[in-house]
Amino acid sequence: MTIKSDLMPGTLDMLILKTLTRAPLHGYGIALSIKSLSRDVLNVEEGSLYPALQRLLLQGWVRAEWKKTETNRRARYYTLTTSGRKQLSKELSQFEQMIVAIGRVLQDA
Amino acid sequence: MNSVLRFLNKLRILSRRERFDRELQEEMSYHREQKVQELQDQGLTAEAARYATSREFGNDTSLKEQSRDVVGFWFESTLQDFRFSLRQLRKNLVFTCTAIVVLALGMCASISIFAFVDAALIKPLPYQNPSRLVGVYETVALFPHSNLSLPDYLDWKKTNKSFTALEVYQHHGVMLNGPSGAEPGKSARVSDGFFRVLGVLPILGRDFYVGEDLLSAPRTVLLSYTAWQQRYGGRADVLGQSVILDGNAHIIIGVLPRQFHFVPAEPAEFWMTIHASSECDLRRSCHSFNGVARLRDGISIASALSEMESVAQHLQQQYPDSNSGQGASVIPLTEAIAGDIRPIFLLLLCGAGLLLVIATVNVASLLLVRSESRRREIAVRGALGASPARLIRQFVTEGLVLVAAGAILGLASAYWTMQLLTRLIPADLIDRMAFLHNVGLSPRVWAFAGAISLLASLLFTLTPALRLFSPEMREGLAEGSRGSAGNTWRRLGSKLVVLELATAVILLVVAGLLGKSLYRLLRVDIGLQPDHLAVLQVAAPNATYSKDEQAIALERLVVSKVASLPGVKAVGISSDLPVNGWGDTTWFRVLGRPWHGEHNEVPERDISADYFAAIGAKLLRGRSFNESEEKSKPHVAIINQAFEKEYFPNEDPMGQQLSYLTSPPVPIEIVGIVQDIKEGQLDTKNLPTLYVPFNQSPNNYFNIAVRTSQTEQALVPALAAAIHQIDPGIAGFGGAAMTDVIGDSPSAYIHRSSAWLVGGFAVTALLLGVVGLYGVVAYSVSQRNREIGVRMALGAQRSSVYRLILTEAGWLVGIGITIGLICSVAAATLMRGLLFSVRSWDLPTLTGVAAILAVSALLASYVPARRAASVDPVEALRME
Repeated sequence: MTIKSDLMPGTLDMLILKTLTRAPLHGYGIALSIKSLSRDVLNVEEGSLYPALQRLLLQGWVRAEWKKTETNRRARYYTLTTSGRKQLSKELSQFEQMIVAIGRVLQDA
Repeated sequence: MNSVLRFLNKLRILSRRERFDRELQEEMSYHREQKVQELQDQGLTAEAARYATSREFGNDTSLKEQSRDVVGFWFESTLQDFRFSLRQLRKNLVFTCTAIVVLALGMCASISIFAFVDAALIKPLPYQNPSRLVGVYETVALFPHSNLSLPDYLDWKKTNKSFTALEVYQHHGVMLNGPSGAEPGKSARVSDGFFRVLGVLPILGRDFYVGEDLLSAPRTVLLSYTAWQQRYGGRADVLGQSVILDGNAHIIIGVLPRQFHFVPAEPAEFWMTIHASSECDLRRSCHSFNGVARLRDGISIASALSEMESVAQHLQQQYPDSNSGQGASVIPLTEAIAGDIRPIFLLLLCGAGLLLVIATVNVASLLLVRSESRRREIAVRGALGASPARLIRQFVTEGLVLVAAGAILGLASAYWTMQLLTRLIPADLIDRMAFLHNVGLSPRVWAFAGAISLLASLLFTLTPALRLFSPEMREGLAEGSRGSAGNTWRRLGSKLVVLELATAVILLVVAGLLGKSLYRLLRVDIGLQPDHLAVLQVAAPNATYSKDEQAIALERLVVSKVASLPGVKAVGISSDLPVNGWGDTTWFRVLGRPWHGEHNEVPERDISADYFAAIGAKLLRGRSFNESEEKSKPHVAIINQAFEKEYFPNEDPMGQQLSYLTSPPVPIEIVGIVQDIKEGQLDTKNLPTLYVPFNQSPNNYFNIAVRTSQTEQALVPALAAAIHQIDPGIAGFGGAAMTDVIGDSPSAYIHRSSAWLVGGFAVTALLLGVVGLYGVVAYSVSQRNREIGVRMALGAQRSSVYRLILTEAGWLVGIGITIGLICSVAAATLMRGLLFSVRSWDLPTLTGVAAILAVSALLASYVPARRAASVDPVEALRME
């Protein structure tokens, strides 16, 4: 069973930023990476991925440049910027706080 | 900071939109190919892998659209919609032009009429704090707002506690020394504080001082702006100059503002103070002034009225001879200025509003037809990824574009129409309705135009949008867009057509009733023969003609001089002309009957011996006056039929004696009875009227009525010239043919203009309604082409096809006419005050309108019915 990535609003942006911390990736690479890292649970749709990437570009959190792939095709690679890194850590800490809070509620109930 | 960056980024992308699209396309197809590859690696065939990928990703266009939305500005898609709308509208120019013209028509009518209503009824009067200003009058049995006498006014002014100021004014004809002798001037006499109570300051010079209206004060005058410009060339040195008015030198002390108007006292070029000296000014029973007052803070009109009533009551007790039956009346000044015109303006506004309703409904149904024919397009666009919201936005944009174009065209033509309408109004009527100078595109008119545009936009966007969301619309692609969908549309479209037809009926009925009123009004028996009758007013200066014998000598001279003009058959003299007003009244009693001081008030006319013969009035009994009946002879009078009916219902009036309220009474013997002459406006009822010999009540102002065998218009200049030949100091003015006097009289003018305007609305409404019906029937026929083909293939006769279509149209027309007739009787009942001797349920009008509408509707449906009947069954069936 796969879960649509727009389950929790805002999480997709965070996931994309996170996958980019290791190396610059193209859109397909990002989708693939999220899928494999989540062990096939999260399946990012093209329809959400590309608008999200445009959003991140507009905010200046990622940078895009055209590069050759291993198969010698042209692809647009996205790189995390410094402000993107800051944004990621901000979102991560917020997310952790939320998880903890949700956890408490669930335990208590 | 962040938002600035985002804005700059958006701007950067906007400037390279094409590159953005290309890159996005490339990026996404790369993604897709990789995915296909991935699936192929898992063992799917190339075809299956591509199919699966496509399925997973969904609509490519809509995906790109989403990304574009992220980086685009909000107005970009709006701009896109706008451009698309223009393209769509250009593609169907006939539809677009029809819709815009129809819309502009409705808007033009309602905006221009609203501008008149605004100027007349809504716009505050151009005085300081106008809502606190009131008109103050006396009241008598005959007239609810009658004039004040000067002594009464002075008492009212002294005793009242309701007003901070109570002033009076009087319209006053004045004699000027013109280049070719005496000429009449337009002036007003006012009390000293008149301009202060209105809060109007002269633009040049000064206002009247307190006490400047007393006889002892030097005579001064304020000029109207127009008089200053026209008579004095707008020169500043006009102050201190002297002008001779009525033979007295007046010093010009100031000039009034250009925009200043005070309709009840106008037209007036010279504003002078009262300087009470005439017999009438000093007599408590001579009523010739109107009051205007400013309410004290916290005093309501009702409490002011009750105070003035008690003041009037007190005067009745104090001066029973002159004041018995004289009450008080206090009304808002707006009522005094525009009260008469309000119902007619509201009627016109309603008429224009109904026309606007028809116009918008007409365009709405056109839009519906179009949305219907665009079902397939919409379905395709939906399938290609356009979201419902985006599709609706498209319709909204198209509606807005139509409304905007219609509104601009409507406003422009309304502006032009206002100019035209104000130019069509006779000048002297404009003088009496000065607010018409202000008709124009005021902020309120703009707001009104905005409001109706908004309503129209709402209607236009809602109708197709609602249709878009109906379930069968979604099936538009699959189905051949026929059958059930056509039926639903027909139902909605039919309702709209019924609405249009019913509205058209209302307008037609109202126009018919007004037209019939006008017809009746112009044919009302006025008791005289107006054709070949010319009239002229004559005013001779007081200095040389104020004595009785002087006035009589002048009258005789004028009559003999005019009688010698070529073509003249008879010359008559009267103190007032017919079809003018019931004013100039007198009090009398019947001698030999008990009398307790009550005031029997009737209009009195002082006429020459030949007057009735000259105007063609019919003497029913008795005799006319003799030229020799002067004051020294026994006093005589002729009464009209109304007089006989009211005061001698069971007696023979001939030989009876009347008297004015003098003591001792002076008997006036009734020597004749004349058929009722319409002395007042055409739409008024005849009042008991008393005619006495001019020579027993002479005056240096009188009117001549001349019967000629030639055209009366040609006689008018000769009449004025003849008067000046007698004495250049005498003014002869207001010369006209009697038929024109009647035709241009306020009652005739108002009836005529409202009948024409509403008639114009009604014809337009009929046209639009019939076109709307044609549209519905034609559409219905086009939708049922196949059905008709099948019917005919199965042996249906052409006549039964005709019957099929005409029955459908007949139902719509029948329902429309029925609803319309019911509503119009209700509407006519509301406006019965504007009708003249026509009942609101006037059967001939109602049946006539129903017939006109039925016939035009039949014609409108006959054309599509013919097309239906000429359907070739083979062709219709092959169309599948």
